[in-house]
Amino acid sequence: MRDMTLAAAREALAKREISAVELVDHHISTIEKLDGDINAFITTTPDQARLAAKAADEQLAKGEGGLLCGIPLGVKDLFCTDGTRTTAGSNILRHFVPPYESTVTANLLKQDAVFLGKLNLDEFAMGSTNLTSAFGSVTNPWKRAGDDKKLVPGGSSGGSAAAVASGMVLGATGTDTGGSIRQPASFCGITGVKPTYGRCSRFGTIAFASSLDQAGPMARTLEDCALMLEAMAGFDPKDSTSVDLAVPRYVDALERGVKGLKVGIPEEYRSEDLPAEIQALWEQGIAWLRDAGAETVKVSLPHTKYGLPTYYIAALAEASSNLARYDGVRFGERVPADSLDMMYEATRHAGFGEEVRRRILMGTYVLSSGYYDAYYLRAQKIRTLIQRDFLSAFEKVDVLLTPTAPSAAFAHDEKPTDPVQVYLNDVFTVPASLAGVPALSLPAGLDSKGLPLGLQLIGRYFEEETLFAAGRVMEKAAGFTHRPALFAGSAA
Amino acid sequence: MSLDTRTVRRIAKLARIGLDDQEAEGLRQELDGILGWVEQLNEVDITDVPPMIGTGLAKPRLRVDVVTDGGKREAVLSNAPDRADAFFTVPKVVE
Repeated sequence: MRDMTLAAAREALAKREISAVELVDHHISTIEKLDGDINAFITTTPDQARLAAKAADEQLAKGEGGLLCGIPLGVKDLFCTDGTRTTAGSNILRHFVPPYESTVTANLLKQDAVFLGKLNLDEFAMGSTNLTSAFGSVTNPWKRAGDDKKLVPGGSSGGSAAAVASGMVLGATGTDTGGSIRQPASFCGITGVKPTYGRCSRFGTIAFASSLDQAGPMARTLEDCALMLEAMAGFDPKDSTSVDLAVPRYVDALERGVKGLKVGIPEEYRSEDLPAEIQALWEQGIAWLRDAGAETVKVSLPHTKYGLPTYYIAALAEASSNLARYDGVRFGERVPADSLDMMYEATRHAGFGEEVRRRILMGTYVLSSGYYDAYYLRAQKIRTLIQRDFLSAFEKVDVLLTPTAPSAAFAHDEKPTDPVQVYLNDVFTVPASLAGVPALSLPAGLDSKGLPLGLQLIGRYFEEETLFAAGRVMEKAAGFTHRPALFAGSAA
Repeated sequence: MSLDTRTVRRIAKLARIGLDDQEAEGLRQELDGILGWVEQLNEVDITDVPPMIGTGLAKPRLRVDVVTDGGKREAVLSNAPDRADAFFTVPKVVE
């Protein structure tokens, strides 16, 4: 049970080789052993989980149960869970208990998944390090060889990535606004999928930048992600940007192979600054796909370099508007004051952390009178150009292959102090978010210090199946079986 | 273009973010750095380019104009930081 994938656990449960109660208990005890060091969970729900596991066993005994019956999962603490505290990693929501369930988590519960708790994240999903959470930073379960320094798990879904990598859960939900699923997946040696914008409902997911936010699965393998995505995805009338398209059985696409598939290698993603190890791994990925019968083609995405600044203007503008709702009146924390305005200011000053306040200020500035056209409108137009880059590349190729992040995980105390330097972490992930196209990251190898590195595949709108098929070829070739220093198996 | 602290204070007021005097200068520098970095967007020719508004894949939908949800007063009020009966409270606005 110590090193089981979600898919293997499903099979073992169905054959009654293990019970859901045993499986859930094992994961709860792993959390007890490891999470003191990792801090992946903000809230754990072991009692609820045991009850759900018992119910799952009753269904399994009758040969019934949904797609994820009895499977222990973690939920990023950005998804509202009915009756379970949901904080977004922020002091302002420290005591917020949603009276309703997000569509994505409701979909997972409909398939009889078992939730072990709520996972840590950068405050309001704003960050690439998990250092901005009001509930303490998360520590990456991986260590550099011969070095005990605490490393960041990436972010914002860093708690999700760390929990999956260390074996505390079999899968977790993440959200990705500019790389928040893919970058932590890369840093923690797991697989993460950001589906097409509109594939998973945003209803009940605490909003950061609504035109970019998209939920997706994080797990150890592509098969595990395929199973989770099938459960999470689907049309939802409660989200006006949800797209009404049938959800395929993604697992059926896994073994399609890549014969005749055209894989684009974007020229603009090459740079002098890219570490040689990451460049080499990228070449390796190209070779794996070619060996399996794919054709690789150089393509150009000319507006790539404008992706990050465009992203920050669009995302921060939307964030400043979305976070206006935290005013201390209807929910969340309140700092009392003599006037309404003073109450708003005191509440928001105390409730938001440094990075969130910086982003709200920046977003307010670019939307303010006299600057809207120069910043926000210009960024939205450049976003069109970035989208066109992808659409014209996808006339020539079926998928794109790139590195996921420009570095491996770095130490807590190695985070640059300049915010712009921190933003550069998302350089390879942001363009796909801006265009709304699907992308995934899978672990492809280790660097010379023994840390995992990911590769990213980007596909056409709603062609997640092609990503799963191409990813599976690389997953097999990579044979990534490395496990982190802090892992369920080694902690027993 | 560079920001002055007066502008930072004005923006902070608009955002009701609450700004300490000590913070204003630090934030001014950081915001200035970010603005300097996004300046590169000015090199892009955006003549006749429409702004991107969504992916165009989600079609606007109509539904019958009927109540689909409601009657959840306690749930709605359950997270109120302060309430009086069925009301949210705020500091006195009119004397």
